[in-house]
Amino acid sequence: MAKSAVAVTPSKIRESRGYRVFQVCNVILMLLICAAMLYPFLYLVAQSFSSTEAIVAGEIGLLPSDFNLDTYEYIITQSNFLLYYRNTIIYSILGTVSALFFSALLAYPLSKREVAGASTINKFIIFTMYFGGGMIPNYILMTSLGLRNTVFAFILPGMISTYYVILMRSFFTTIPKELEEAGEIDGLSKWGAFVHVALPLSKPILATMALFYVVQYWNNWFDAFLYLDDRELWPVAYHLRQLISSASGTNADAGEAMQISSNIKSCAMVLTAAPIICVYPFIQKYFVQGMMLGGVKG
Amino acid sequence: MSKPANAVKPQHGTAAYHFHKYWQYYLMMLIPVVYYIIFRYIPMFGNIIAFRRYRAGSSIFGDEWSGLRYFNQFIADQNFWRAFRNTLLLNFKYLLISFPLTLIFALLLNEIKNVAFKRIVQTISYLPHFISMVIVAGMVRELLSTNGPINNLIVSLGGEPITFIALPEWFTTIFVTSGIWQGIGWGTILYLAAMSGINPELYEAAALDGANRFQQCLHVTIPAILPTISTLLILNIGSLCGSAAFEKVFLLYNPTTYETADIIGTYVYRMGLQSGNYSYATAVGLFQGIINLVLLTIANKASTKLSGSGLW
Repeated sequence: MAKSAVAVTPSKIRESRGYRVFQVCNVILMLLICAAMLYPFLYLVAQSFSSTEAIVAGEIGLLPSDFNLDTYEYIITQSNFLLYYRNTIIYSILGTVSALFFSALLAYPLSKREVAGASTINKFIIFTMYFGGGMIPNYILMTSLGLRNTVFAFILPGMISTYYVILMRSFFTTIPKELEEAGEIDGLSKWGAFVHVALPLSKPILATMALFYVVQYWNNWFDAFLYLDDRELWPVAYHLRQLISSASGTNADAGEAMQISSNIKSCAMVLTAAPIICVYPFIQKYFVQGMMLGGVKG
Repeated sequence: MSKPANAVKPQHGTAAYHFHKYWQYYLMMLIPVVYYIIFRYIPMFGNIIAFRRYRAGSSIFGDEWSGLRYFNQFIADQNFWRAFRNTLLLNFKYLLISFPLTLIFALLLNEIKNVAFKRIVQTISYLPHFISMVIVAGMVRELLSTNGPINNLIVSLGGEPITFIALPEWFTTIFVTSGIWQGIGWGTILYLAAMSGINPELYEAAALDGANRFQQCLHVTIPAILPTISTLLILNIGSLCGSAAFEKVFLLYNPTTYETADIIGTYVYRMGLQSGNYSYATAVGLFQGIINLVLLTIANKASTKLSGSGLW
């Protein structure tokens, strides 16, 4: 033991009992918080495996009652669910690839001091974080561009996120200039230096941004609500919204006035959230990393 | 313009030389900048229809000037003021409760010494942040339904089932609680980052001076993360008139709860897209947008003054 440790010992002994009680309580509290975080998910899973009768009777607590797979079978074989799911996958891939590509295309030149007007363009894009068009002007624009009921109506509104552009830009500025200059001496153009030098060095931030964009597109339902009347184009999140609100009896579409039982809703929610819940724990550090980038250096 | 560095390249005017060397940078930005013009700035100027009459099929900037007619209309409208009040109240109550809870959660997490356990708690508590609002709203409806677990509990304790979703007096509680469930974990990230940057020697020095863990927290941890706390607080206050609550309110409210649940965003949706009063709804949206702009600008100024760096 080092000398300093010895010196600290007295105070450690003095605080030990109270602190230990606190630590035990703290661990219990954390466990309770985890339980509260997970309970709603577990409840949905339990409902999705239960029969309608058991749910109506209020028998579901944490475990399924009257366990069966009928709901899953129904959703997968009898409904359009797989179509909506496929749409969501397509939109998420298309949206993320284009969002990432165009965000990087904007962020990279903005990180270069040589670019005349970079700071003006910077202000030009940042202003959109403070003020924007609002729902109605956006709606009118999309309608008059004829984008309703097209894939673009779902991809374009959220495509370039100013916040992510700023994060990328500040990452690009940390790339040593010498590396790109060395590439240019070897015959790379500015574009070549971007593709072959800057982008490979930016893999961590690109991965983080890609995750944020994937989640954004996967979870988006409102643009579908506004712009996609054609059911064939619905993403699964919007389909869910229709399922959920139809039971309230207030927002029901004419065709969907009937009650939809809780196990169907739960099953659809479980299937929609499943990819995020299953993949998320393994990639969590990339999300946190991205958040830190934004917080530490704005 | 007569710098020797430029003079090395023969016979190029500076602008032409510059463009010759860097044109690819400008080309890269071209599509994104056009995107911003079309999808961000045109709708921004589209707000002009708050002052101009817009009918279905007319130009996106409206037909003819109508002055402040739509503003006078909504200022005289009780339902607008109800939505305005609810917007501020819902955001404020959420901030009032979630902000200290998030800070306390971060401080408590910081006291967990078992790294693996701490990481598990973090992972689980961040999870709800990534779940679609549709699913959050669906969960809320299922948990609060008349045969759901909350009502089962109430009944088993001898009470009567409550139709939470249909009662205006419950809306704020539902909104705030579900918001905390979804946001408290993710909200700790910046605090934890700031705490991990604290020099351990400060704690050792405090311990030598006889400070117990609670005193160390009070006199070392909190002062060290105070800039983070104040920046986040200012940011949140700046967003009090924002539309962050829109999706959840839209998914959870219904005509029986308008009294406490209807906010400006949902009011704009109903007046504009449901009833077709585009100009009127745009005027209401613009009113909120301008207040939001002013609040955010003040918040950014304050944060810059306080911490030396702006929000972005």
